[in-house]
Amino acid sequence: MQGNVACAEGALAAGCSFFGGYPITPSTEIAEHMALKLPKAGGVFLQMEDEIGSIAAVIGASWTGARAMTATSGPGFSLMMENIGFAAMTETPCVIVNVQRGGPSTGQPTMSGQADMLQCRFGSHGDYSIIALSPESVQEMYELSVMAFNLADRFRVPVFLMADEIIGHLRERIEIPDSVQRVERRPLNQGDLPFHPGEDLVPGFPRFGSGFKVHVTGLTHDERGYPCTTNPKVHEELVKRLVEKVESKRHEIADYRVTNPDAERVFVTYGSPSRSVEQVIHDNPGEEIGHLRFRVVWPFPEDALREFKDAKAFFVPEQNLGQIAREIERHTSVPVIRLPRFGGSLHTPEELTSALGAFK
Amino acid sequence: MRADRLPHIFCSGCGNGTVLNCTLNAVDQMGWKKEETVFVSGIGCSSRAPGYILADSLHTTHGRALAFATGIKMAKPELHVVVLTGDGDLAAIGGNHFIHACRRNIDLSVVCMNNMIYGMTGGQVSPTTPRTALSTTTPYGSAEPAFDLCELAIAAGANYVSRWTSFHVKELTRAILAGLRIPGLSFIEALSQCPTNFGKRNKFRQAMDQVEYFKTHGILIEKVQRLREEGKDIPPDAIVLGEMIRRNRPAMGVRK
Amino acid sequence: MRHEVRFSGFGGQGIILSAVILGRAAVMYDGIYAVQTQVYGPEARGGASMSSVIIDEAPILYPKVKDPDILVMMSQEGFEKYGVSAREDAVMIIDSSLVQSRPRCRYLEIPATTEAKNTLGREIVANIIMLGALVRATGIVREESIEKAILDSVPKGTESLNIKAMKRGMELVPGGKIG
Ligand SMILES: Cc1ncc(C[n+]2csc(CCOP(=O)(O)OP(=O)(O)O)c2C)c(N)n1
Ligand code: SF4
Repeated sequence: MQGNVACAEGALAAGCSFFGGYPITPSTEIAEHMALKLPKAGGVFLQMEDEIGSIAAVIGASWTGARAMTATSGPGFSLMMENIGFAAMTETPCVIVNVQRGGPSTGQPTMSGQADMLQCRFGSHGDYSIIALSPESVQEMYELSVMAFNLADRFRVPVFLMADEIIGHLRERIEIPDSVQRVERRPLNQGDLPFHPGEDLVPGFPRFGSGFKVHVTGLTHDERGYPCTTNPKVHEELVKRLVEKVESKRHEIADYRVTNPDAERVFVTYGSPSRSVEQVIHDNPGEEIGHLRFRVVWPFPEDALREFKDAKAFFVPEQNLGQIAREIERHTSVPVIRLPRFGGSLHTPEELTSALGAFK
Repeated sequence: MRADRLPHIFCSGCGNGTVLNCTLNAVDQMGWKKEETVFVSGIGCSSRAPGYILADSLHTTHGRALAFATGIKMAKPELHVVVLTGDGDLAAIGGNHFIHACRRNIDLSVVCMNNMIYGMTGGQVSPTTPRTALSTTTPYGSAEPAFDLCELAIAAGANYVSRWTSFHVKELTRAILAGLRIPGLSFIEALSQCPTNFGKRNKFRQAMDQVEYFKTHGILIEKVQRLREEGKDIPPDAIVLGEMIRRNRPAMGVRK
Repeated sequence: MRHEVRFSGFGGQGIILSAVILGRAAVMYDGIYAVQTQVYGPEARGGASMSSVIIDEAPILYPKVKDPDILVMMSQEGFEKYGVSAREDAVMIIDSSLVQSRPRCRYLEIPATTEAKNTLGREIVANIIMLGALVRATGIVREESIEKAILDSVPKGTESLNIKAMKRGMELVPGGKIG
């Protein structure tokens, strides 16, 4: 099965019932598969007039309680930014898939990239927090697609599935489980204010059409949901909570894989470059080579770095100039070696092996 | 033409080459200096056309050609600005810029290669895809009604509007020429065949089958008006052709 | 053992489908692992088209083809772009109706396009003839597996034509396996 198709299948298994999107290479197969499958599953597929409309329709659908998603790539992702901020501010659960290609601008439509990793974290204006996942295989396109919906509903945030062209277009073997686990949105209790944080800072969800008569706005709002745009305290509390509800749970959200924790030389990866590192470790069985692979990239699971107590260097192959390497540097005193790769192709195992060799 | 950019990316049988030729032919007839003519486009197969023209050309972002062109023309009205665009580029993602450029009636000439599909991305539905037609995102037939781009341009205020097809080479060239001459926004829609992504899914096995369809289903606007006056029916699949409007609303960015 | 198979020809020959079918045979019917990739983009239109499959008994880590050991060449342009540099111990299956050049490595000439046109009456199944020949010559997947994968993948109503094409391809291999 193809990665993009697996992503769509994962979404369907998770109960996604609304897809609003706009064609863009290399993500289009997700929309095409949803167009084929959603109507038969009783859901709605809409090709919108652009990505601004796509994410807006997704947010609208989500307020009716639907599990809703969109899929895009660089240029479309940039267009979505304003409404991603709206989703963060209004705490709307939604899943946004970005099958990354080469940028900036129209860049390399058919080639792989990972240069939107900071954009997905910080791309809209204002302070907020989000969750971002990164799959390394077709299997994970499926699994993380399911996980994205669960995290979106659990934390009421936009969740990004930050894939790349290589994984999106790869066809490989996948095991599809009979059923998948679902974590539902907590409904708002009768009598609670709609934006009252509750214990875990995530308010209950007052689905449209269920009698709450809720007012939802992108303006700074109080716990009733009413605009309150000049009171600094209300703004501070709201923004801090939007960030804290995710950041304070980073241990719970963290999801990573550790190989050879005693190694001194450690690769840190997410997405397709992970596959090159796995090949290097496989081909050099005699050598202690560590590997830390993030499945969740944001909120950044910095504790994972400490699993490698003897690390003398972190090698970070990315299809960008070092976006996550820079984040790693903030959390460790161990030297971080950036291994950027451009032009849309995968790091070869040979170049990674020689990068290791150069460090010795 | 930029010889160093050949071969071009258009598939064999594609109508875009024909429309580009008509456009260049009309521009030639105007006798405009190359240095004073700018071609602007968005993103799509059709929007690759300016890349093959030896003149200043701005290949922009998807849907935004008209906004970029507005900037060029308003900043330097001496330049002749021709916009080449596709149906998706112009009417989906660029729909808002389209109606506002018409409303402002900026002195631009806009040639839209309408193939009724998204060619570049492999055959998804577009705002001009006929209802029930098949595309990769309407595998059960499109449920949405289509835009009439010409009526849209008229309603929004363009000074000149006409529609032809890749079959009607002479008429299309003449219409573009008229558009280039007229101050204000000129909108010329050129229906164009896309054998790769529209034709093969919609019963046009060969590129020429769709061109033939343009020929047999085309009906002149004058005839449509006559039929209407006589209270007669217009075939539902007719393609209305010809000059839809020519007027003199106040325009912006006109060369002094 | 990791095998890297590369298919090349021109658009419309079913180069990508061939790779998908071979991968499917390996995964669904031989129970081993396969990874399929292809070239996307404007260059894939018209010009030389290329797709690859990696097949292995063990999970495939690095998913890109490094240096193919099996090549299927269905056009001269494809050969020039993706075939000339084939390593010396590779095996190449050539559609001898369309490719004039010959490589340094071992090769097998299969006049697939001519056969498809003359014997089967449909040029479109040339790629399936090549698949049949490939499987007979290299044994990379089992013959019953490729047959099942072909049946899964071709349009309804064309099954028997395609199976005939596959068998014809197998017959065209002199003396069976060369891999
Ligand atoms: C913001 C953004 N979204 C999507 C795309 C992908 N894209 C490229 S061309 C295209 C559609 C082109 O259709 P049309 O304008 O009708 O031109 P055609 O290719 O049919 O000539 C799309 C959706 C993009 N480049 N940018
Ligand atoms: S895909 Fe269609 S519009 Fe694009 S070049 Fe090919 S025939 Fe022309």
